[in-house]
Amino acid sequence: MKHLPSERHTLSILVDNEAGVLARIVGLFSARGYNIDSLTVADVSGDHAVSRITVVTNGPPPVIEQIIAQLDRIVPVHRVLDLTALGPHVEREMALVKVAGKGAQRDEALRIADIFRARPVDTTTGSFVFEVSGPTSKVDQFIALMREVGLVEVARTGVVAIARGAEAV
Amino acid sequence: MSAELTGAEIVVQALTDLGVEVIFGYPGGAVLPIYDALFAQGRIRHILVRHEQAAVHAAEGYARSSGKVGVVLVTSGPGATNAVTGITDALMDSIPLVVLTGQVPTHLIGTDAFQECDTVGITRHCSKHNYLVQDTARLGGVIHEAFYIARSGRPGPVVIDIPKDVQILKARYEKPGVIGHKTYKPQVKGNLSSIEAAVEMIAAAERPIFYTGGGIINSGPVATQLLRELARVTGAPVTSTLMGLGTMPNEHPQFLGMLGMHGSYEANMAMNRCDLMVCLGARFDDRVTGRLDAFSPNSKKIHVDIDRSSLNKTVRVDLGILGDVGGVMEDMLKVWKARGKKAGDLEQWWSDIAGWRARDSFGFEQKGETLLPQHAIKRLYEMTKAQKPIISTEVGQHQMWAAQHFGFDAPNKWLTSGGLGTMGYGLPAAIGAQVANPGALCIDIAGEASIQMNIQELGTASQYNLPVKIFIINNQYMGMVRQWQELNHGSRYSHSYSESLPDFVKLGEAYGWKGIVIDSASGLDEGIAAMLAHDGPVIVDCRVSKLANCFPMIPSGASHVDMILHADETRGEADEDAKALV
Repeated sequence: MKHLPSERHTLSILVDNEAGVLARIVGLFSARGYNIDSLTVADVSGDHAVSRITVVTNGPPPVIEQIIAQLDRIVPVHRVLDLTALGPHVEREMALVKVAGKGAQRDEALRIADIFRARPVDTTTGSFVFEVSGPTSKVDQFIALMREVGLVEVARTGVVAIARGAEAV
Repeated sequence: MSAELTGAEIVVQALTDLGVEVIFGYPGGAVLPIYDALFAQGRIRHILVRHEQAAVHAAEGYARSSGKVGVVLVTSGPGATNAVTGITDALMDSIPLVVLTGQVPTHLIGTDAFQECDTVGITRHCSKHNYLVQDTARLGGVIHEAFYIARSGRPGPVVIDIPKDVQILKARYEKPGVIGHKTYKPQVKGNLSSIEAAVEMIAAAERPIFYTGGGIINSGPVATQLLRELARVTGAPVTSTLMGLGTMPNEHPQFLGMLGMHGSYEANMAMNRCDLMVCLGARFDDRVTGRLDAFSPNSKKIHVDIDRSSLNKTVRVDLGILGDVGGVMEDMLKVWKARGKKAGDLEQWWSDIAGWRARDSFGFEQKGETLLPQHAIKRLYEMTKAQKPIISTEVGQHQMWAAQHFGFDAPNKWLTSGGLGTMGYGLPAAIGAQVANPGALCIDIAGEASIQMNIQELGTASQYNLPVKIFIINNQYMGMVRQWQELNHGSRYSHSYSESLPDFVKLGEAYGWKGIVIDSASGLDEGIAAMLAHDGPVIVDCRVSKLANCFPMIPSGASHVDMILHADETRGEADEDAKALV
């Protein structure tokens, strides 16, 4: 089954917000040789009881199926949702992008940022830090363009995702 | 309102409330408060082992032979790390255990304190679940929850790490009413429409086979009866994994014996040629499937398993049924009867099977005075079967010969390390089984190499007057290693000869055991009789043919139809791909 084409899947994993739970999830991926393209985690409940982990992974369909089944049997995991398989959903990530330069380079950086609706959140006479958010492809593109006008460093959140519509998952 | 108890007292009270009768353990600094609480009570028996690994294997032997949860108590640091092999073994073979480990006081955690280790970190991926209890008030609830997790769904080991201050501080403890877990609720009941579909497939099949595993034993004794009934009404052949031996009676005409790498020719050929495979509580392990792309190429496959991740893991199936195998078989039988199904015409199928059976793949010929290991095990079986013995094994050739030549007629009588393949498993497992079944005949069929991996447990059996028998198939080699070196590595016997073997008789005697040597075919029966006649523990050094190998065999990476039936033409050099396989 390893020779089947890989697919990119975004999984939402609701877990008990307890010590070690992230290590269980991450350790499962490393122990069984699954891929993690990005991972985010945060407490999402009013009473701090539940965290939501978003994992972007890739693999052939039988491997994705196995990843979900393996995650599902971890004791503190409440639910595993394959947002990619469930249908329409929104994916976003945010990046902080530091660019250094003078003169025309600096003007170009601001112009590109404007087109991408990226906000300068820090500035010195020789640099900017831009905040950009959107789908992964948009963030990728923005960073690629900034490389040409003095990119210094990047920090990215990784993908968070949620299903469209009024219903909770 | 209940009185306040120390954490250590809560441990003992919760275990008592859970019906625990026996703990296997070893004391140390970080569990002294719990040992003190044990000292003050008379309800729980503590069996002092000689090494923490053995405590876990003994608890496994106890659990597997009794159907109860095995309980282990060890100290922090080396106590916990020594237990890791046993915990992993229990995870691989789905054995319900609760392992209590001491930990340094909470304020010292993370400081590299004396005998500190990250027990929850180390055991996170070799246990079903684990806990670090940081609040005495939570301790009782955690212990009850741990037992629930250990024995529900697919059973497994649960580790509870308890810092020393948590054992000493006081809190209220009350026995919980309904025990459960807020999110862990495994699906037990199989989907009825899937079960109906399965029944229709079984009734329509021309060449069906039931491929059964340890899940049936874990499901409880009723599941064994249900399997036998299912076999009866369908008339289909049954084969079993190493873990499932005993669910079908050994001599039953519909039983094809064990399948897989060292399974019978008829079982493997029937798996290859069937048109419908019904897998009940087994997991398509690589030792069973052989080469995956050649595994049973023309069959529809039904898989019943309580673990969703076992379905479609390595072999894609046509119908997966998630649920407890006992309950699913019960529903299958109900549907079968309600729909008036009758066993199909399987005459041609049974005639094919009779042809494969005629090859007598487990056959051997004992000639002369050099004792064949197969013959030694066969006679041990014949001379003990009336007593319905509990058999444990170590790992290697003797284990496979025992699986082939010792017949099992009931579940919970066969204790062997299947998934992890842990040498040193058999003696402590036999000790645990003997503790659970004081009147039973418990025999560890061992190899001379494996037995030395937990040989210190001779002392445990002596201390508690456990009349365990060890039957060492002594060929002076790590036989399975040597066999693979012959098959794949040009017979270069790199470090597989057992040099400097101890005198097992004297060794046994040093621990207060009776020692017996068997060194000829003509002395075999007399030696076994002497072993059985002694009412204490006995170690038998049974010296067998040094170079006998375990056949039949599906070489690693080969398909079921490429079995090696006999020892000739097996020496050689494997290609790189085959050498890389385990």
